[in-house]
Amino acid sequence: MNYLLNLFIEFLDKHNFNESIGIMIFSILPFAIIAAALVFVVLMLVYAERKILAYMTQRKGPNRVGPNGILQTTADAIKLLCKENIELLHSDKVIFTIAPILAFSSIVVLWCIIPYNAEFHLIDSTISLLFYVAVAGFPMLFHFLAGYASNNKYSLLGSYRALSLTASYSVPILFTLLATIFLADSMDLHKIIIAQEKVWFIIPNIIGFIVFFIASIAELNRCPFDLSEAESELVSGYHTEYSGMRFAMFFLGEYAALFVTAVFTAIIFFGGYQPPFGVYLSNILMGNCRCFNFLIYFEQTFWLIAKSSIIIFLIIWIRGTLPRLTQKSVMNLFWRYLTPISIINLILIILATRG
Amino acid sequence: MNKMTLNLGPQHPATHGVLRLIIDLDGEEVVSAEPDIGYLHRGMEKLAETRNYYQYLPMVDRIDYLSGFFYSYAFCNAVEELNHIKVPQKASYIRIMLMELNRISSHLLWFGTYLIDLGAISPIFYAFRERELIMDYFEKITGQRMMYNYFTFGGVRHDIPFFDDVQSIINTIGDKIGDYERLLSENPIFLDRTVNVGVISEKKATEWALTGPNLRASGVLSDFRVNMPIYDDIDFDIVLTNEGDCYSRYLVRIYEMRESIKIIQQCIQWLGQCSSRDLPFLEKVTLKTFPNQEVFSSVEAPRGLSMCYLNSIGGNTPYRVKWRTSSFYSTQILKDILVGVTVPEIMAIYGSLDVVLPEVDR
Repeated sequence: MNYLLNLFIEFLDKHNFNESIGIMIFSILPFAIIAAALVFVVLMLVYAERKILAYMTQRKGPNRVGPNGILQTTADAIKLLCKENIELLHSDKVIFTIAPILAFSSIVVLWCIIPYNAEFHLIDSTISLLFYVAVAGFPMLFHFLAGYASNNKYSLLGSYRALSLTASYSVPILFTLLATIFLADSMDLHKIIIAQEKVWFIIPNIIGFIVFFIASIAELNRCPFDLSEAESELVSGYHTEYSGMRFAMFFLGEYAALFVTAVFTAIIFFGGYQPPFGVYLSNILMGNCRCFNFLIYFEQTFWLIAKSSIIIFLIIWIRGTLPRLTQKSVMNLFWRYLTPISIINLILIILATRG
Repeated sequence: MNKMTLNLGPQHPATHGVLRLIIDLDGEEVVSAEPDIGYLHRGMEKLAETRNYYQYLPMVDRIDYLSGFFYSYAFCNAVEELNHIKVPQKASYIRIMLMELNRISSHLLWFGTYLIDLGAISPIFYAFRERELIMDYFEKITGQRMMYNYFTFGGVRHDIPFFDDVQSIINTIGDKIGDYERLLSENPIFLDRTVNVGVISEKKATEWALTGPNLRASGVLSDFRVNMPIYDDIDFDIVLTNEGDCYSRYLVRIYEMRESIKIIQQCIQWLGQCSSRDLPFLEKVTLKTFPNQEVFSSVEAPRGLSMCYLNSIGGNTPYRVKWRTSSFYSTQILKDILVGVTVPEIMAIYGSLDVVLPEVDR
């Protein structure tokens, strides 16, 4: 962050601005950038998912609003904003209202601790990985509260499924991330990325990746683990009673979480913002010319997003292919298979790094 | 024990229409289930009493909108028996061919919607893609995509000029069924959802009067096509599995589509051989007076045995028409087999029985 800050102050000095105003602006500006990026990415992700699923199932997908239907999701979001918020008479009004807001904002917090390149991150912490894991579990809790407050039987079923799912997937996630911590010797996402300069962690930790990938699909509450929504069983699960913007909070939050989880997976297993060939393209192109140094940061962000896009595509592909699991078999999968596997994987990695 | 009573339906994404299931839940486990029908009652049987036979004929297609030809056939056959009309052989072959195509299209729709019930979103589009070929062909032949009104007393309304289409349709569908099987038959999640779920024993299946694929999946050798005279010259196998669970009902339907393709192949061959000869496709009859008599006519529809009971006391309207529709019996067994299952399994079981609600309520 310091590099960008210096650049900014230099710029202000040149044009005779007050430095303290510059610092004030600079403390708000990155958050504004993230907020704008979040809205853009979420709308594009919804569009991408609809298009990909459409082409997988021999359809064209949205193709009316804007060129190739690209503005369809924007139109949908505006429509949801304008719709009436319907409440049941006997729902718990307070929890019913704040649950979608909190679910969405806890995902926004996740966006703030991701290092998007070597300089740009909003919250710098030495335990950012731990912070991520702690906050990533929040949305499910608010899904539970939303379903509980709705006073609807389908929502109630959906909400307690969300809880049991959380209890299942978080254990294997923690154990695989512990393996990563041992490999990188740090809980700082920056240091984890730098530790993958030579070898991506997917190579020593391939078992961990598979476990983490499955568990993170469950964390995202997506097919085949979308038990708490399960539209063919529970109508819409925990958000059956939600409409308008409150529903959009859940809906868009799900896609914001999809992106941030994919980015996190790229950071933990695929070297984060590091280029796949070990050398930056902009270095090759620009030589040692210092004036274009900032291009590297753009390239880093590009690589991070490129890697996470592949992961997002995989997750969408899985949604297009698989039927939904039942709660029984999800528990079975996580507790009887993935948890022991991740523990064994952790022990092996500890032995390899410390033994 | 605290129970939660859940009204599943009449408006619910997985009931394929308007079935209401009153379910008592203990957690996710079903303590008791009570199907409640009648939300789509159109008075099909009563309507027959105020209309003459020709006026009633277009209506019977609407008893089950997914397999109109079968009900059309059952009614035509009843009237033909009543008046001792002999149907030309060519008409019989055309009827068989169209009914088997209809069976495939019905099974394809079941396949797609069943997978939707299980949470897989893609297969319905694949199934509809293939079903569309059949629908297009029906449109070409009959002018309608669903309510055909093509069979008539004494034969069929028009001659069929397009055989090559059918050949390419069944070739495509034969290939695509292989694709479906590759996608699902060994998919661990699909197996997890269907194997040993909703087991109907041979005894239970016969006691609750199940018919069709649901009965054959329980290991009872029962296919009414072997009793139907028009199928006499046709060579086909009866698909049978013994487990009686959702997976075997899936398998029975998949293999039945293959058998239907075999039957259609034979029909095309026969019709192709005599396409040069100008054979009659309709026995021209004028139905003015009807004998004082009652007849039964049955047909093996995609969902099981469909029966038409026709009582005539003379005059040009039926005195009484009674339909025996197989979905009705598939619905009533729910009360028995849903006890003790969990909520996701309700959908897996109910979907596997291939219930079409208009057929239940008539």
